[in-house]
Amino acid sequence: MRILRFLLRKEFRQIFRDKAIVAMIFFMPMVQLILMPLAADYEVRNINLSVVDHDKSPYSQKLISKIVASGYFRLTGYNASFKEAFGLIEADKADLILEIPHHFERNLIREDHEQLYVAVNAINGTKASLGGSYLGSIIGDFNADVRMQLVTPPRQSQFPVIEVVASNWFNPVLNYKVFIVPGILAILVTMVGGFLSALNIVREKEIGTIEQINVTPIKKHIFILGKLIPFWVLANIVFTIGLLVARFMYGIVPLGSLLTLYAFISVYLLAVLGFGLLVSTFCDTQQQAMFIMFFFMMLFILLGGLFTSIDSMPEWAKLITRVNPVRYMIEVMRMVILKGSSFIDVLPHVGIVSLMAVVLNGWAILNYKKTN
Amino acid sequence: MQDDKVIVCEKLTKRFGDFIATNEITFDVHRGEIFGFLGANGAGKTTAMRMLCGLSSPSSGKATIAGYDVYTQTEQIKKNIGYMSQKFSLYENLTVRENIEFFGGIYGLSDERIQSKTEELLQRLGLKTEANKLVGSLPLGWKQKLSFSVAVLHEPKIVFLDEPTGGVDPVTRRQFWDMIYQAADSGITVFVTTHYMDEAEYCNRISIMVDGRMEVLDTPTNLKSSFRARSMDEVFYQLARGAKRGD
Repeated sequence: MRILRFLLRKEFRQIFRDKAIVAMIFFMPMVQLILMPLAADYEVRNINLSVVDHDKSPYSQKLISKIVASGYFRLTGYNASFKEAFGLIEADKADLILEIPHHFERNLIREDHEQLYVAVNAINGTKASLGGSYLGSIIGDFNADVRMQLVTPPRQSQFPVIEVVASNWFNPVLNYKVFIVPGILAILVTMVGGFLSALNIVREKEIGTIEQINVTPIKKHIFILGKLIPFWVLANIVFTIGLLVARFMYGIVPLGSLLTLYAFISVYLLAVLGFGLLVSTFCDTQQQAMFIMFFFMMLFILLGGLFTSIDSMPEWAKLITRVNPVRYMIEVMRMVILKGSSFIDVLPHVGIVSLMAVVLNGWAILNYKKTN
Repeated sequence: MQDDKVIVCEKLTKRFGDFIATNEITFDVHRGEIFGFLGANGAGKTTAMRMLCGLSSPSSGKATIAGYDVYTQTEQIKKNIGYMSQKFSLYENLTVRENIEFFGGIYGLSDERIQSKTEELLQRLGLKTEANKLVGSLPLGWKQKLSFSVAVLHEPKIVFLDEPTGGVDPVTRRQFWDMIYQAADSGITVFVTTHYMDEAEYCNRISIMVDGRMEVLDTPTNLKSSFRARSMDEVFYQLARGAKRGD
């Protein structure tokens, strides 16, 4: 244990002497947490809409202004024919075309029935599908308004109407930031911890200092612990900074206990750092380590459930997510921060991640060879 | 452990695929001896030395270092040796004092020992004023002397030096060899590789490796007379001329 103390002292001295690393550890998470949630927005705005209004009636005008007033759409064209409007889609200037037929107003009032035509540019899938459904619901709304004004509702409706009203638990106003910030924080902590640990031992290999360590009687697990603990502490600091940014910038206060959160993070970091150390025992250069980490980080993040829901992934991908530590981290972050889950609720997650930590660190110790 | 042999090596071999880096070398080194290990670049010196230090596992042959087996007891060997690699490998972003403290700590010296050793070392190397400077900022000669001092900090039985004076000026080289003599006087066996033939003359015995084999092993005086050479340069030239490997 005494030897560990010397190792830790040395690591901390080296880390804090390296200005670039210190900046990366403290500055990067703050900037990213402040910028990324603003950019990584699920809500689609600025959908370019082109309208082909054959009717040119007060009603059609009303509909168009209602659409524009929603704030989601930007009117980029007001065309005379569908063909002309389609040119805009081809030129990628429009995402949606709304075609209002002749006699729209007349048919709507007299015949109580009318059809609108919406064409969607599906190249940008999210924009197209969300834009289509936004437009659909605005039109539905408009329809309801019109009916309220025109039709005196019969005392007893001929057809029973089922109206579905959803109430959004845990994030009542569907604020996407509440949803995304904990996830981004999870990924930040993972990246900082993973990359720092992966590059560290390799760096010692590159500059040759590891040779001087390998020729001493130091125990392998002590050496690995000496690398693990400093980054564990740093990643916890990054996490704490992140929680503070979430609180003061986005007003996100964890509903669950901080203790639960930190208990999970403690174990989770051991797994992530263990992974980084394992990678570094396999690599001879920082470049190799960087590429390998990059490869796995991309997988971890894309299959982590931050940007896309794991439930909608194909079965084989779901299987992969089970061995993805980031998935558990993001789940626990959302559970504890948004739902207020207790330690008992996240116990399965703690169990799985503990197992990962043991396997990865054990493997790293085995694979670190003092004698080649 | 029989008499005073601290290194016993028998047909020690290291292969990398088809390439035989070190081919059946056999020799003994006695306690307190300065043993010179010579050879052209690529002759297999560093590979042999790494095996003796427990950094590399031999392919075949036998060897014991301070009585410990190079296959099974590498960690015990490491307690008893010091090593200075060809490439400077102290931490450049730690100060002189921090490096000494770190390596002292790793070898398990007590805080008081580290303290007294540090002062003694700074005194001897004349580095008092540089004690709190980063090692990376020191000139090469000082770095090498510091490396050597750190390698013998824990008072090992044997110290392995891999081209310790490469690129160092003649005055510093002279001082470096004074340090080697001091270490040998205090009972530390010195195993040293070099390309400088004047340094070879300072050794008690020298061996010359050619293409992975140990061609000769004797005192400098005996070698010169058996090769009818006036200097070690000539001996080396006669042997190394036949070498097929080089860089």
